[in-house]
Amino acid sequence: MDTARELDNRNRADDDAAKPLIDVEERSMQDTPYPEKTVGKPFVDAPKMKLRHVNVFYADNQAIHDVSLDIGKNEVISLIGPSGCGKSTFLRSLNRMNDTIDICRVKGELHLDDQDLYDPKLDVVELRARVGMVFQKPNPFPKSIYDNVAYGPRLHGLADKKYDLDEIVENSLRKAGLWTEVKDRLHSPGTGLSGGQQQRLCIARTIAVSPEVVLMDEPCSALDPIATAKIEELIDELSESYTIAIVTHSMQQAARVSHRTAYFHLGRLIEVNDTETVFTKPEHELTEAYITGRFG
Amino acid sequence: MSETTAKVRKSLARRYRQEKRFQAYGILSIGVGLLALLILFTDIIGKGHSAFFEHYIQLEISLDPDVLGVDDASDDEQLNYANFGGVIKEALRERFPGVDDRQQQRQLYALVSSGASYNLRDELKADPSLLGGTRELWLLADDDVDLYLKTPERKRPDARLDDQQKQWIEDLEAAGETDKRFNASFFSHGDSREPELAGIGSAIVGSFFTMIVTLCLSFPIGVAAAIYLEEFAPRNKFTDFIEVNINNLAAVPSIIFGLLGLAIFINLFGLPRSVPLLGGLVLTLMTLPTIIITSRAAIKTVPPSVREGALALGASKMQVVLHHVLPLALPGMLTGSIIGMAQALGETAPLLLIGMVAFIVDIPGGPTDPATVLPVQIYLWADSPEQSFVAMTSAAIMVLLAFLITMNTLAVVLRKRLERRW
Repeated sequence: MDTARELDNRNRADDDAAKPLIDVEERSMQDTPYPEKTVGKPFVDAPKMKLRHVNVFYADNQAIHDVSLDIGKNEVISLIGPSGCGKSTFLRSLNRMNDTIDICRVKGELHLDDQDLYDPKLDVVELRARVGMVFQKPNPFPKSIYDNVAYGPRLHGLADKKYDLDEIVENSLRKAGLWTEVKDRLHSPGTGLSGGQQQRLCIARTIAVSPEVVLMDEPCSALDPIATAKIEELIDELSESYTIAIVTHSMQQAARVSHRTAYFHLGRLIEVNDTETVFTKPEHELTEAYITGRFG
Repeated sequence: MSETTAKVRKSLARRYRQEKRFQAYGILSIGVGLLALLILFTDIIGKGHSAFFEHYIQLEISLDPDVLGVDDASDDEQLNYANFGGVIKEALRERFPGVDDRQQQRQLYALVSSGASYNLRDELKADPSLLGGTRELWLLADDDVDLYLKTPERKRPDARLDDQQKQWIEDLEAAGETDKRFNASFFSHGDSREPELAGIGSAIVGSFFTMIVTLCLSFPIGVAAAIYLEEFAPRNKFTDFIEVNINNLAAVPSIIFGLLGLAIFINLFGLPRSVPLLGGLVLTLMTLPTIIITSRAAIKTVPPSVREGALALGASKMQVVLHHVLPLALPGMLTGSIIGMAQALGETAPLLLIGMVAFIVDIPGGPTDPATVLPVQIYLWADSPEQSFVAMTSAAIMVLLAFLITMNTLAVVLRKRLERRW
């Protein structure tokens, strides 16, 4: 009994010792005011996607507060920030994947070229063919590798003949850097590939419908470093033909692959700048605190 | 050794003891279950196996045209009215001469089943040249004789036959003029008041038609309802209400569904009673909740990532469901449906109320012919006074169990086979 109480006391002592530390950090975060406007350069000339005053609500909870941002053509923009800051929510509202969540409402002006994304007349199927998405966990369909890649083109009737479809599949797999690895087993199940291969298969599947924008939601968080490196290389190559927005938890990854970086904090867009600027001379205190690892 | 370690050690011994005890309880309960199963099977098989065989008596029968009243054996009309019973009686009198007392003669005639004359008619129909000749023929024995022959030697004195009859049977047996054969008519005949003529044929066919109707209605309706509720329906008070009610329906005693069927299908819509179509409708009502619930569970196990992947490629909701959700959920749905069907196959109570408990001799030709089903046939036979029906009840239970085991095995095999592709 005595020992138990002793242990208990010791634990409490530990707690007390730990408290001030946490407090300091919390205070530092709470005391830093949000900027009135997003710091840095959120807007570019001739943007591919023009997003103004975006607010996203989950029932009565506001997840995104008045975010305005441009995504330039053929640029890779990475969205970083601590967990729960709304970067994934923001990304998912760019191809209306949030529509699948009943309680989710998106407000603001979101444009892809001149098309209003939330125009009631817009067919969401058409939008998703133009704005593809790659998810955190590789999610190949439980079908063959070929059918995985051919699914999108078949859905939208992009290929009239078997020959055309074969070509689309081969090209997509080549672009995703997977062709040489799988060309001999196109008809074996996609779920039999390794995690990294599966993710590249998902990327191939996404680019098979030739989208204009590719959204990536932490595409490497479930992968090992080698697979991650391959995907990062791939993102670099893909940026020649596609506009890419990538959510990532790894700041190194953001630094390596993206041209611009946007820092989200508790549903607000704090700072957007060229990646180099963000990581070397962050303008806002919160950004600096995050990239130097003071919280995350 | 620190104090903590000592404490952990002390508690470890207790934990292991607990674990052992828990395992022992588990093994014990499985043992009880297996024992119950063993007793059930021994009892049923022990009682029922004899019903798969029946005894025949060999008699020398002269097909005398005068006694039969037939002059042309190829004329069906004449055969239908021919006096085969008389020929058989004559043959019996010849086999056991000296039985002159009317009372005794009646006892003698009772040795052969009343169905034997139909056998004879069929023989003659197949070979008209037999008319006028004499032949050794095997005739179906009466159920009491059959039962007596099946009884082991030492128990025979207790049999419900008089001594004279016992003597005759023993004579026949000693002369090798009795024969035990496989009881094929048990599977092909309909119900009958005579146990040796009764069979589960019409019940099996009735069950088959009932199951077909049930499957054709409950599977599509159940799956469609499950998909709608799971994938398309908005989440609101109304769908919550529906969900609660489906769960409640699954727990409603089945006899209530029988009452419902009686009130709605028979009284309101005027469907004919005791037909498989009606039985199927009632069992559909009963099976639907099971199928909806299992199908919804199967749909829920489809990972959302697959749905999202398809949606992100621009698939419409319907395409997501048809291309991805349904193929992945199908094994679960099939399993649930087969288990639901197995439940329906064994269901008796609701069918009693819609008249499927009738005495049906003919084998139904379609879902709108009066019929009965296996469990109801078992119920009917269990109620019959003739001793031979005891064995037949158990035999019918064996057949029903065989069907149920087959269906459940099928469900397991399907699940194993299809789920691998995940």
